[in-house]
Formats: sequence, structure tokens, C-alpha cells
Amino acid sequence: MFSGAALGAGALIVAVLFAVALFLVVQALPTFSANPADITGGRGFFDYIFPIVVGTLIAATIALLIATPIGVAVALFTSHYAPRRLARGLGYVVDLLAAIPSVVYGAWGASYLASQLKVPYAWLAENFGWIPLFAGPASGTGKTILTAGIVLAVMVLPIIASLTREIFLQAPMLHQEAALALGATRWEMIRMAVLPFARGGIISAVMLGLGRALGETMAVALVLSSGPLIASLIRSGNQTIAAEIALDFPEAFGLRMHELIAAGLVLFLITLVVNMVARWIINRHKEFSGAN
Amino acid sequence: MATLMTERKRSALTRGRLPKYTPYVIAASSVVVAAALMALIGFHVFGWAVLSAVLFATANVVSSALVEGRRKATDKLATSLVVGAFLVALLPLVSVIWTVWVNGVPGLLTPGFLSTSMNGVTGAVDNASVKDGTPVLGGVYHALVGSILITLWATLISVPVGLLTAIYLVEYSAGNRFSKVITFLVDVMTGIPSIVAGLFAAAFFAMILGPGTKTGFVAAVALSVLMIPVVVRSSEEMLKIVPNELREAAYALGVRKWRTILKVVIPTAISGIASGVTLAIARVIGETAPLLVTAGFATTINMNVFAGWMSSLPTFIYTQIMTPTSPSNADPSTQRAWAAALLLIILVMLLNLGARLVARLFAPKTGR
Repeated sequence: MFSGAALGAGALIVAVLFAVALFLVVQALPTFSANPADITGGRGFFDYIFPIVVGTLIAATIALLIATPIGVAVALFTSHYAPRRLARGLGYVVDLLAAIPSVVYGAWGASYLASQLKVPYAWLAENFGWIPLFAGPASGTGKTILTAGIVLAVMVLPIIASLTREIFLQAPMLHQEAALALGATRWEMIRMAVLPFARGGIISAVMLGLGRALGETMAVALVLSSGPLIASLIRSGNQTIAAEIALDFPEAFGLRMHELIAAGLVLFLITLVVNMVARWIINRHKEFSGAN
Repeated sequence: MATLMTERKRSALTRGRLPKYTPYVIAASSVVVAAALMALIGFHVFGWAVLSAVLFATANVVSSALVEGRRKATDKLATSLVVGAFLVALLPLVSVIWTVWVNGVPGLLTPGFLSTSMNGVTGAVDNASVKDGTPVLGGVYHALVGSILITLWATLISVPVGLLTAIYLVEYSAGNRFSKVITFLVDVMTGIPSIVAGLFAAAFFAMILGPGTKTGFVAAVALSVLMIPVVVRSSEEMLKIVPNELREAAYALGVRKWRTILKVVIPTAISGIASGVTLAIARVIGETAPLLVTAGFATTINMNVFAGWMSSLPTFIYTQIMTPTSPSNADPSTQRAWAAALLLIILVMLLNLGARLVARLFAPKTGR
């Protein structure tokens, strides 16, 4: 009977995941059969979802472009550069930072970071306004997609850092010592013995960070003053799926509710693909990492 | 003696090296030069620190390249970049904690903040506190109660399911195909965006109990979807490291499998399981998005998770910032939001520390 209960719990998890997909699909269906003119924007579901999918991807891309190099460097610092005693404490601090609730990051981004970035944005618009990404006039509040991306970067950085640190610590000690014994400098040792070993792990950590950045809601909902899709990163505008749902779902009813659930389904599928690719890389890496 | 020193300096082993005191000299001079430059364009402590660091790194790398050669210089450049990136990463993180601390302490220390709800606190009350200096009324009692109840129910759902699944995966499945499917799906579940979990719970209960059903229990179901995979993963890891000799010894004594699991395997792994569960709680107690779409907003105390809208700390922070109680005077609402944020961070930190403590306290006694 106990084994039955254990099996049942396992089956329940499978059922829950299928239920998540099923209920989202069922609740989203009315959107697809509805008259395109009734959908928000008045031109069908695709025209409604496309800008916010692009917005989601833009915010996540900014976040990863910032967080990946810094996160990997932080992981290297805690695993190979910091003094041993300091490293343990730092690892703990990074884990704690990963646990700070997203709404706190969002509040910080909205009230502190956005106002700090007003001046740099104005400067960017003035001097680099000819690049479409920095086309002016800059937002007067600093609540732009770039700010949201930076807040997302701050949020995923501890995740990338702590995952890659684990990989770096697993790099075979013998290889590292052999490299040092042959006269390699520390950086050469890291490039020859640590980074090749950790490549798969870094990629999957970044993918997991991407999954988090795509689905992150509160930071964007609080930081971004949303609007239609625009190329400029420093004007208010753009919107992400998750933030759109969080902002509108509490007051939504009827077709609007189904629409938002359909948007959630799209987000679910995107993150599902990202996570599956990440897991696939991890598993493939596991088989080949027979360094010992 | 003097000849000996010069001899040693020319030795092949020490040739082409900078003396040991070089970094200190470079550090001191770059601090001074940066101060001088800053004095020209207007002094600013932060700019001074950044400029000193940049000057120090550049001078260090250039001097090394001139004397020690390309390889050593590359090494120093990499070290500068790694340390620099670490310091850059610390900036926003320290800034977050500092902002929350500075803005949160006054509100948290306001009498009654922890023991009153927002019931009866209207825009007029907030306007009065801004204009006449009366104390900021209202607190987080209702949100604290909501957070604790919702998280408690989520834990009650997730821990049995998650732990039993882990037991199935480790003890019963023997690596069959179904267990591989479960492991894969648990991994996938870990990556579900929290808002999607909230939508699922909302859609599920909308179909069963009619649209617009928002209660604490719906929120608890949403949080369970996020919590179960974390519990499964951590419990699975812990059960895996229980030595097989213990199980075999129990079987040799004629103990049945389920009794072996309950009396031998789980007690051995309980410290890890408990700390994993605590970390899972710490993760979901700060979730905001699923609560927004499942539990609604409330300003009064609601002890019943099965009926009525419920507030929670994260949604309290969100609503106080997005829709201040008094739109014309947002300051009291902002103060309450920051105080609630500080309280939430303290809760999460305590849970994390608690997890470490639990892991240490309940660790299985080693024989001697």
C-alpha cells in the first residue's frame, strides 16, 4: 500500500503537469475561435500576442547579455580567485541573494534604479540617438524596457553565478594542478582545465537563467511603463507577456480573461522549450564528463 | 653583500619580474592620481573609487606587459576583469538591500504595524498623516496572516506529494521508464513561470467552482505547483545518499520495505529533507505573481483560506506601490510597502538560516 501511495504521488505529478497544459489550452480556446475584431487591438490573436512576445524576448536578451559575463566572472571569483575562507561565505551570500523575492527587486527598480538612470538615458539619446535602439526622446521617468532588463539581470545573476560555481568546483583538480605544474598562469589554467570542462554547465545555467528571465513578472510589471512595441530601449513602451497578465488579469473577465490565458500558454510553451533544451544540454554533458 | 644582491637579481629565475611591492605602489599612486583628477572635474566618492580601480588595473597590466611579458600580463588582465565583475555585481545587490533597509526601518518600527490591518485606513487617513503629521496608520497583520496561511496550505499539499514521489523515484522505481518520465517532468515543472502556475490554478478553479473564484486555497494550489518540484529534487538527492548498507541491514533483519523506508531511510535523511522543505517554503513565500491572479486583494483579516479574498505580503507590497491608498499623498503607502518588503526579506533570510540550522541539528548521529 505504501508503494502504491508513492507511485500515486509520482503519477499525480505527471497528471498535474498535463492538467496545467490541458486547462490552459481549454481556457485559451475561446480566443482562437473568437471574432478577430473582438480581440484586444482588433486584429486577431496573432497581432495581439506578437508585440508582447517580442517585448519578452527583448527584456530577457538584455538581462542575459548583462548577467552572463558578470555571473560567470562572479562564479570564477568565488571558485578560483577568492581566498578559501572568504569564498565559502561569498557562496552563501550569493545563495541568499538568489532568494530575495522578485517583488522587492521590482520595488527597488521602480523607485531607485529608474530615477538613477534618467540622466544616462538622456545622455544616450543625445549622443547616440542615431542608433534606433537609443532613439530619443528619453523617458522622463526612466521606466523603460532597458531598466526592466537591468533589473532582470540583477535577478538572474545570482542564479547563473551559483549554478556555474557548482560546475567550476567540480572541474577535475588533477587537470588544474597538472596545468599549474607545467608553468601555466592562473588564467591559462582556467582556460585550459576549467572552462572546457564547464562549457556545457555554463550554457545550461544561462538557459535556466533565460527561463527565469522570460517568466519573471513582478520586476517588469513594477518597473516598466508599458506601451506598444517600439525599437528604442530608452523610451517608455514595450510590454512582456508575464507583466501583461499580472497587470490585467485581476480585472479581466470574459474574452479578455481567455486572451490572457492564451498569452500565458504561449509563455508556457516558450519557457518549456528553453528549459527542455537546457536539460538536454545538461544530460548530454553528464555522459561525456567522465573526467575521473 | 652588495654584489650578492645584484647577482641574485640577474639570476635567470628572477629575471623579468616586478618586485613584490609593485602592486602596493601602483595602488597608492592610482588612488592619489584619481583623487587629483576628481578634484579637477568635481569630487565624488563613487567616481573616485571607480577611477582608482580602473587606473590601478590598467597600470598593473601595462607594467606587467612591459616587464614580465604577454602571458603574465594576460593573467593580470583576467584577474582584474574577474575581480572587477565581482565588485560590479555587488553594487546593485548591496543597493537593493540598503534601499530596503533605509526605507523599511521607519515603517517597520511604527507602533501597530505588525498588529493592525488596513481595515478602515483610507486616503483621508493618509492625507492627514502627511499634512498634520499624525502617525501613519495601518499595517500588515492581514497580509502576514494571509502569507502564512497560504504558504502553510501549499506546504501541506506539496510535502506529502513531493516526498512520496522522491521515495518512489529512489526506492521503488529501480530506474524504469516511468521514473525517467517523472524526473523529466519534474525538471520541466521547475521551469514553469510562476504566473503560469497562477493562471493554471485560476483556470482550474474557474472551471470547477465558476469563474472568478479567488480564495487563499486557490493560491495555495498555485504555489504547490511551484513547490512540489523543489521538494522532489531536494528529497531525492537526500534519499540517494542514504547508504545502501542501512537498507540491506534492515532487510536482513526481516523488516518489510515500507517499514525500512519509514524507520531507517527517512530518519537518516530527515535533516536534508527538512532543510530542503524550508528552502522551498522560502522560495514560495516571496512569490507575487501567482497570488495576484488567484487570491485577489483584501484590506481586512481573513482567516479562512476557503472563502473570500486574501492579502499576502508580496501582493501587499505590490498594491501599496501600484495603487497607493491615497493617490495624492503616496508617501504613507510607500512607507508601508518598504516596511513590508523589509519584513519579507527578514522572513526569507530567517527561513534560509533555519534551513541551515535544521540541516545541522537533525544531522544523523555518527556512531562515535
